[in-house]
Amino acid sequence: MTPEVLSLSNAPVLWAAAMLVKILVAFSVLMFIVAYATWVERKVIGRMQSRLGPTMTGPNGLLQPIADGLKLFFKEDLIPGEASKFAFIVAPMMILAPALISMAVIPFGGDYEFSFQGVSYLMPMQITDLNIGMLFILAMAGLGVYGIVLAGLASNSKYSLIGGIRATAQMISYELAAGLSIIVIFMMSETLSLSGIVAAQQEVLWGITSLPSWMHNWYIFSQPLAFGLFVVGSMAEINRTPFDLPEAETELVSGFCTEYSSMKYALFFMAEYANMVTISAISTTLFLGGWDGPFFGWINFLIKVFGFMFFFIWVRATFPRLRYDQLMQLGWKVMIPLALGNIVVTAIAVLLCQ
Amino acid sequence: MATETMTINMGPQHPSTHGVLQLVLELDGEIVVKATPHIGFLHRGTEKLSEYRTYHQIIPLTDRLDYLAPMSNNLGYVLAVEKLLGITDLIPARANNIRVIMAELTRLKSHLVWLATHALDIGAMTVFLYCFREREEIVDIYEKVAGARMTTNYFRVGGLSEDLPDGIEPIIRKFAEDMTGHLETYEGLLTGNRIWQKRTMGVGYISGQDAIDIGLSGAALRGSGVDWDLRRDAPYCNYDEYDFDVPVRTEGDTFARYKVRLDEMRQSIRIILQGLDKLKPGPILADCPQVCLPPKKDVVNTIEGLIHHFKIVTEGFKPEAGEVYVGIEAPKGELGYYIVSDGSARPYRMKVRPPSFVNLQALPQMIEGSLLADVIAAIGTLDIVLGEIDR
Repeated sequence: MTPEVLSLSNAPVLWAAAMLVKILVAFSVLMFIVAYATWVERKVIGRMQSRLGPTMTGPNGLLQPIADGLKLFFKEDLIPGEASKFAFIVAPMMILAPALISMAVIPFGGDYEFSFQGVSYLMPMQITDLNIGMLFILAMAGLGVYGIVLAGLASNSKYSLIGGIRATAQMISYELAAGLSIIVIFMMSETLSLSGIVAAQQEVLWGITSLPSWMHNWYIFSQPLAFGLFVVGSMAEINRTPFDLPEAETELVSGFCTEYSSMKYALFFMAEYANMVTISAISTTLFLGGWDGPFFGWINFLIKVFGFMFFFIWVRATFPRLRYDQLMQLGWKVMIPLALGNIVVTAIAVLLCQ
Repeated sequence: MATETMTINMGPQHPSTHGVLQLVLELDGEIVVKATPHIGFLHRGTEKLSEYRTYHQIIPLTDRLDYLAPMSNNLGYVLAVEKLLGITDLIPARANNIRVIMAELTRLKSHLVWLATHALDIGAMTVFLYCFREREEIVDIYEKVAGARMTTNYFRVGGLSEDLPDGIEPIIRKFAEDMTGHLETYEGLLTGNRIWQKRTMGVGYISGQDAIDIGLSGAALRGSGVDWDLRRDAPYCNYDEYDFDVPVRTEGDTFARYKVRLDEMRQSIRIILQGLDKLKPGPILADCPQVCLPPKKDVVNTIEGLIHHFKIVTEGFKPEAGEVYVGIEAPKGELGYYIVSDGSARPYRMKVRPPSFVNLQALPQMIEGSLLADVIAAIGTLDIVLGEIDR
C-alpha cells in the first residue's frame, strides 16, 4: 500500500495533532537556538579576540542566556514620557513575530513515513508547504522593517529617529537586492515552494557520477553570484555587522532601541538572533539543498544553519561598519545591477538548455 | 517642501566622545551643518591647585592630565622645573636613558588606546581587544617600575623616584620585540580592509597650512605633511643620540594620521631597543642636594640625612624668580608647561599647553559638511583625552 500524504481531508485529528507537535517542536528548537546563539556568539567572538567569553554562570557559562533573560525580565520597564505609548509597546513584537513566522514554511527534513491504525501516512517535515513559500518569506521580511521604523519613531528620541530612518532606507534597498538575487533560483527550479526548491536541488551535480552520492545539484554551485548577493543582502537586512547602521552603538547609542529597556529590549535582542537563524535557514534551503546531505535529514539542515551562523559571527569579529552613503552605494550601484545581470544571463542559459 | 535642521547633543554621555566631550551638532538629514564642541565637564582646576603645592607635590597632579600617557606628563613637568632651576645638564645619563624608554613606552601605550578606541568607533571590535591586551603588558611594566599602573608619578625633579627593578630590562625588550608582530596583526585587520579604507580615506581632511594655523601638533600635524617633531627638532633627554625617523604623510585625512601613528609606534620600538642597549649602571638622581631627596639609607641611618629629607619634604626648594616654557613631544602632540616662579617654594603660575585642547579646535573644520558617521571617525583620529583638555 502506498502511503498517502497526511492532510486535513484524510485524517483531520491526526493532522491537527501532528501540526501542533511540529509547531511546538519548531518553535522551541528555534527559541533554544536563539538563546544559545547569544552564548555561542560570545564564546566564539571571545576566542577570536583572545578572551574567554562567559565563564561564571554554570559550566563554561552555559547558563548565561538564562541569566541574561532573568536579568532583563526583572529590570524596570521604562517608557519615555514623550513616547507614543501604543506604538512603543507594539514595535518590539512587530519585529520578533515575522522572524518567527518565516520558519513556518521552511522544510527541515524529508517526508516522515509512519502508520496509524493500519494506514500509512507521509508527514512532510515542514509546518506548512505553501506553494508561494518564498514570496511569503519576502513579505514577512518586509514586515520586520515596520517594527524598527515604528520603534525609532515612537521613542521620540533623536538618535532613535535617525536609527529608524537608516533602517528604512537600508532595508528597502537591500530587500530589493536580496529579492532580485534569488529570482534566478525560481527560474531554475520553476517553483516558489521551498520544498519544491529543495527537491529540485537533489539531482546529480552536472551529470558527473563519480562524485560522492550526496553531492547534489545545489544552487550554490550553479549560482555562486546569487548566493553571495543573497547572503550579503540578507546580512544587511537583518542588521548584522558590517551593516548594523540602525543600531550603530558607537554613533547612535544603539539607534532604534536606545530608549528600550527590560523585556522589550530583550525582544529586540531575540528578534536579531531569530532573524539570523531564519536567514541562515533560508540560505540553506535556497542554495545548499536544505536538509539534503550525507546525514539524516534535519541533522544536515542544522549543520548548514550553524555553519551560516558561524559565518555571520566571524564577519562581525572582522569587519568595521560601513557608512550610510557607502551602504546605499553598495546596494544600488553594485548589488542590484549584478543581480539584474545575473537574471539576464540565467534566463538566456535556461532558455538555451530547454 | 519645508525642511528644517535637527540639533542633537552628542555627549557628554556618549560612547564615542572619548570621555565627557559635548558636541552640539546641527544635522541636515545625516549631514553635519554645524558642529560646536563644548568642554569643561572634567575641569578639576589642576593649574590653580598647582599654585598651592610645592614643586614636587605637583608631579602626581600631572599624572591625571592625560591619563593615558602619565609618564609623558611627568616628563614635561620635571623638564620645565629642571630648566627653571638650571640643572638640566646635571641629570645623569642613566636617568635620561630611563626617561626616554619610559616616554616611548608611554607613546606606545597611548597610541594603543587610540587605535583601540578609534577602531571600535568605526566598528572593528576585535582590534580593540587586541590593543588592550598589549596595553596591559605596558601597564604591567609600569607597575613593576613605578608601583602604579596608571598614575605612575615616577619621574622626579633631578631624575627618577627609584631605579629600574632587577630583571625588568629583558621584559621590556621582549615586549618591544613582540610588539612589531602585533602591529602587523593590527595592520592586517585594518590597513588593507576595504571598509576601513572607505571609512578613513578622505575623511576629516585638514590641509598642512590649516594645521599650522590652528596650531595642531603630533600625528595630526604630521599626517598633513608638516615635518615637525620636537624630539628631533628641539631634543630633550638626549633624544639626539637616538636613531629614529619621523613618519610624515601628505594626504591630511584620517587614514594618513592612522598610518603616521602606526609608523610612530614602530619608531618607538626602535628607540626603546636602542635605549635598552645604551643602559649603563649609574646614579639616577642629579647631584644637587637642595633639590633631590637623599638616599633612603642615609635618611634612616644618619641624623643629617633625616634633616635633609625633612627640609626638602616640608619646605620644598625655591627656584629663583623667573619664567620658563618647555615643550615635549607627548604621544598626542606638543605638551608644554609654562611655569612662573616668584622665588617661593610654590609656582606663582603654572600653565599647561595640552595637545588635545589645541587639536580639538580642528574638529568643526574637519566635520562640517560631512556625514554623522564621520564625526565619530574625526573625534577618534584627533586622539583627544578630556582629562587634558579640561585640566
